[in-house]
Amino acid sequence: MSILINKESRVVVQGITGKAGLFHTKSCREYGSQIVAGVTPGKGGIHIEGIPVFDTMEEAVRIAGANVSMIFVPPPGAADAILEACDAGIALAICITEGVPIRDMVIAKRVVDTGRTLLVGPNCPGVITPGECKVGIMPGYIHKPGKIGLVSRSGTLTYEAVKQLTDVGLGQSTVVGIGGDPIIGMKFIDVLEKFNADPETEGVFMIGEIGGGAEEEAARWIKKNMQKPVAAFIAGVTAPPGKRMGHAGAIITGGEGKAEDKIAALRECGVTVATSPTKMAEAMRAAMK
Amino acid sequence: MNIHEYQAKEILSAFDIPVPRGRVALTADQVERSAKMMGGRCVVKAQIYAGGRGKAGGVRLVHHPEQAHDLAKELFGKRLVTPQTGPEGLKVRRILVEEAVDIAREFYLSITLDRRTSRYCVIASAEGGVNIEETAARSPEKIQMLIVDPFTGLRAYQARKVVLGLGLKGALAEDCVQLILSLYRCCLERDCSLVEINPLVVTKAGWLLAMDAKISFDDNAVFRHWEYHDLMDYSQLDPLEISAGKFDLSYIKLEGNIGCMVNGAGLAMATLDVLSECGGQPANFLDVGGGATREKVTEAFKIILQDKDVRGVFVNIFGGIMRCDVIAHGIIEAASEVQCTLPIVVRMDGSQVEEGKKLLLDSGLNVQCVDALGPGASCIVSMVKGEADVCGGACAVK
Repeated sequence: MSILINKESRVVVQGITGKAGLFHTKSCREYGSQIVAGVTPGKGGIHIEGIPVFDTMEEAVRIAGANVSMIFVPPPGAADAILEACDAGIALAICITEGVPIRDMVIAKRVVDTGRTLLVGPNCPGVITPGECKVGIMPGYIHKPGKIGLVSRSGTLTYEAVKQLTDVGLGQSTVVGIGGDPIIGMKFIDVLEKFNADPETEGVFMIGEIGGGAEEEAARWIKKNMQKPVAAFIAGVTAPPGKRMGHAGAIITGGEGKAEDKIAALRECGVTVATSPTKMAEAMRAAMK
Repeated sequence: MNIHEYQAKEILSAFDIPVPRGRVALTADQVERSAKMMGGRCVVKAQIYAGGRGKAGGVRLVHHPEQAHDLAKELFGKRLVTPQTGPEGLKVRRILVEEAVDIAREFYLSITLDRRTSRYCVIASAEGGVNIEETAARSPEKIQMLIVDPFTGLRAYQARKVVLGLGLKGALAEDCVQLILSLYRCCLERDCSLVEINPLVVTKAGWLLAMDAKISFDDNAVFRHWEYHDLMDYSQLDPLEISAGKFDLSYIKLEGNIGCMVNGAGLAMATLDVLSECGGQPANFLDVGGGATREKVTEAFKIILQDKDVRGVFVNIFGGIMRCDVIAHGIIEAASEVQCTLPIVVRMDGSQVEEGKKLLLDSGLNVQCVDALGPGASCIVSMVKGEADVCGGACAVK
């Protein structure tokens, strides 16, 4: 088993005719994902790489039976694409697009939270269940089927972690890049909950970054609910304090967001924290003992 | 994207939010003329992209135009260091001269994104002014937070609750309700990530006035505001950060001597962490983006080498789907163009790794290729320190 996607997933690509959309559609299909449809408004009726293209998501779901969407629509239309995916009743929408305006995401998130569709991203590498299905831009070859669930706010740092895990023989059940934007669909806790319930996942690795309070929140949740070992890495221990404007950010977070605070919070909640990005797999191993 | 106080006030003014009378000046003489116009007694405010200016001496009340002139001479060109600028400070190039106002009460008011709820949030406090963060930390009950449901938008009755909480009454309270609604409209229409009025004051004459204002625009929304481009004050940014921005690279200058080029922000931060762990000091943070192209790699490399403190370069690219021979071409092109003789350590992963490595090793550049992050970091650190001409032992060259 795995979470979110598997070999049964029927994937539609929103923005399939764009350069990035098409490139990654091919790469996902080569990995073994079932790409059943594409959606590009104005191009309905054509086939691209043998994949039928529709004008709307409603058609992609009704005619091609898609249940997972991969979104490559450029920023001006990305939130609209998420909303359309929700409206079409898709089970899972994965938005790869980077640079979606906050104002658009506030609305999209509000709709996602009230509906049945799960959203991953935006600004994320996507989701992969090794050996079964890849919906995203990550390099497939570094992954290996196995029992470690991985959830990360980062993109390329996730690849680094996966490679380390694979190199020491720790395969992955599913790898979820939740994205680094201020507003994202599934958060750490939503993914941890799924890993907790997945019988095939035996341990979880979590990658966080400085900023925000999501890792602290996750730490508290882990202490209360997680039945499987968790290891983590937080990037940005040496990042200098950034320039900032105004006080609102500091008032809202109440001082959360520094790497040391996150590491301390995670350790306090029983999470094994890797002391260096070169020791991520080592930390996972230690946690599994 | 940040803008200056005077620009923020122009925008607020367009949304019917009252601001003090003021003029912007670029020279000490202009400051003196403006001070005369305000009647002699006025406030001289240095314009930089950061708050905390008052405590750093960047905002002062003066009583004569000559005094304004002298103060302006002192401020222009000076690097103002505040808790929000970082240690290097920001240079003062513009000064706002404003009428002096007799203040009865000071409030704090802002709207920004609350990440926890993914919604805009109105923040207000009856204890506004320079110590607002301390107030928030010490007595959070003195801060009001109102989360706005995007479906309904901010409603007057909600704003009224906030206003009554500030202790305002009668006609003034209703003025303030309208002001908060305008501020919310401004935040949405202008795609702000922050609008902050601190302090919002009640004058002794009994009127509301936005004494200080800060606006940051959501960088992701700049594409739909062509007008923002002209608001930018490039003197407030590091020149290298500006050239990086042109190529969509994210670059931040740091104190050390090891130039870094990495793809992806998380991996870039992790790379800095490893370098520090090995005893090295990174000269910069540079993210070429998740899927860097040859042009980007070339430009990134040139930007890194423009920093005169750099004694060696560490490249860490986990491309995956990106071809390593393309990256190698980019590095070689840039390094040859600027005749770089500094040691370069390259860690690449992705397709065509072997071709990429071969290109680099045959290029005649002072370059080492490594397979993993840890050995790569220790290799460049020892090379920069002069402990090794080439990598030995720990990072065998393949």
